[in-house]
Amino acid sequence: MDAPGTEVALPATALRGKDLLGIAELAPEEILLILDTAEAMKEISQRQIKKVPALRGRTVVNLFFEPSTRTRTSFEIAEKRLSADTLGVAVASSSVVKGETLVDTARNIEAMGPSMIVLRHASSGAPHLLSRICKSPIINAGDGLHEHPTQALLDAFTIRERKGRIAGLKVAIVGDLLHSRVLRSNVLLLTKLGADVWVCGPPTLIPMGLAAMGVTTTTSVDAAVEGADVVMMLRIQLERMEGGFFPSLREYFRVFGMTDARLRRAKPDVIVMHPGPINRGVEISSEVADGPYSVILDQVANGVAARMAVLYLLAGGGAHDEVVA
Amino acid sequence: MPVVMDADRISRALVRIAHEVVERNRGVENLAIIGVRSRGVPLARRIAAALKSISGDDVPVGALDITLYRDDLMRQTVGPQPLVRRTEIPFSLDDRVIVLVDDVLFTGRTTRAALDALVDFGRPRAIQLVVLVDRGHRELPIKADYVGKNIPTSRRESVHVRLSETDGTDEVSVESEA
Repeated sequence: MDAPGTEVALPATALRGKDLLGIAELAPEEILLILDTAEAMKEISQRQIKKVPALRGRTVVNLFFEPSTRTRTSFEIAEKRLSADTLGVAVASSSVVKGETLVDTARNIEAMGPSMIVLRHASSGAPHLLSRICKSPIINAGDGLHEHPTQALLDAFTIRERKGRIAGLKVAIVGDLLHSRVLRSNVLLLTKLGADVWVCGPPTLIPMGLAAMGVTTTTSVDAAVEGADVVMMLRIQLERMEGGFFPSLREYFRVFGMTDARLRRAKPDVIVMHPGPINRGVEISSEVADGPYSVILDQVANGVAARMAVLYLLAGGGAHDEVVA
Repeated sequence: MPVVMDADRISRALVRIAHEVVERNRGVENLAIIGVRSRGVPLARRIAAALKSISGDDVPVGALDITLYRDDLMRQTVGPQPLVRRTEIPFSLDDRVIVLVDDVLFTGRTTRAALDALVDFGRPRAIQLVVLVDRGHRELPIKADYVGKNIPTSRRESVHVRLSETDGTDEVSVESEA
C-alpha cells in the first residue's frame, strides 16, 4: 500500500472526544479501538530499538499534583517510546506552592504550546475543568476518587491478552471500594464490555449506589471469588484509613485477604490482578502476589502499551502546536 | 474499470519473482521475507510458498506495519489517526537479506517508512524490494528490485490490488478518478 494522498483513505475509526477524561465518556467501540491499538504498541516495547517516530515534535506535559511513581513513569516511558518530548511538572517544585490555582497553572503551561497534558490531581473532576479551558487534549491520570481511565484500559488489555475476551467473564474486585478510582473506571469499562462484575469489601468500604453500576455487591469474598475468571485486588489505602473502617490490618487480611486457599474457589485458570503498589499480608498474601496466577507485573508492562495507544490516538485531535517565539 | 492483471497473471508474476529472488541470492539461505501491511503480507506469504517449492526450504515471513513511521502522520492538523496494526517479525534481522514486499510502488513514501522501520529491528545485510505493481510517479529516490508488472498511470488514476486473502478475489485494476 502506498502512502500519503494516494489510493488509501484513512480509516475513520477514531476517538470522538479530544480528551481522555474517564471511561464514562467512552463508547464500547472506542475502548476496543484503544485496546487494539495497544496491541500494536506492545510489540514496540519488544524491539531492539524501542522507539517509533510517531509523536516527533510533540510535547507532552505531565502535570502531577499527587505523588505517583508507577503511573508517572509509565506515561513518561510511553511518551518517549513515541518520540514525544516530555516535561514533568511536580507540585513541590511548581508555583502551586506559591498559591497559584490549577486553572492559572494550566493556562500558563498551555501558553507554551504543549501538544497534550497528562493530569493527576487529588480533586475529582480536575481534568474536566482543564479540558474546558485548554485546547490541548487532556489525559486523566487519576482524579481524586473519580476515575483512573488508563489503569482500567491496561487492566482490560491484560485480561483480553490472557483470556481472549472480556464479555461473559466473571470478574471479582475485592478491597477498598470506597476510596478507589481504579474500581470506578474498571467497573465502567468491564460492564460496558459485557463482563459479569462482582465487587466485595467490608461494609464500611462499600459506597452507596454501587449496585446501580450494574455489578453484584457482596461482603463475602468466597462468593465473589467462586468460579471467577479474574480476581482483581484493590489496595487498602493506608493513608486514607484514619476513619477506622475496620478493626485492624490483620483482621482485614483474615477476612478479605487473598490467599491460595481462597483462590481455589476460582476457575483453575484464574488470573490475579492488582493495580499496585501492593500491601503484602494486607489485601494479598505474598504466595498469591508472586504465584503462578499473578499477572501483576504484566499489568505494569501493559500499562506502557495502553498509554502509548491513548497518546497516539489523541494526538490526531486537538493538534495545535504553535511555535512560541 | 480495466483489469490489468487477473489471478493467473498475478500468480505467474509471483512465481517468476520467486525464481529471480533465488537466482539473485544464489538460494534462500539467510533470507527472510517481510510484507508491508496490509496487502504486502499475503503477497509475502505467497512468495515464501513459491520459494519453498523451488528450493525446498522454509523462509521466515514477517509482517510490518509502517503507520507510526509515516511522514504525514503529524502533518494534518486535525483528524483521525490512521489505524495502527501489529508488526510481527519473529526473527532477527541482523545479517540477513530481507526481501521487502508491497503491493503497489507509487511515490516511494511507504517504502521509505518501511526502510526506517526495518533498521529499528536490526542491521540486515541487505534489503531488496518486491512490488506487484510499479505505477511510476516516484517522489523519493527508491527503486524496486523485482517488479510484477510496470503499469504506466496518470496521477489522477488509482491502482487497486485485490487479493483473495483480503478481498476474496485476485485482481489488479486501474480506475480513473472521476
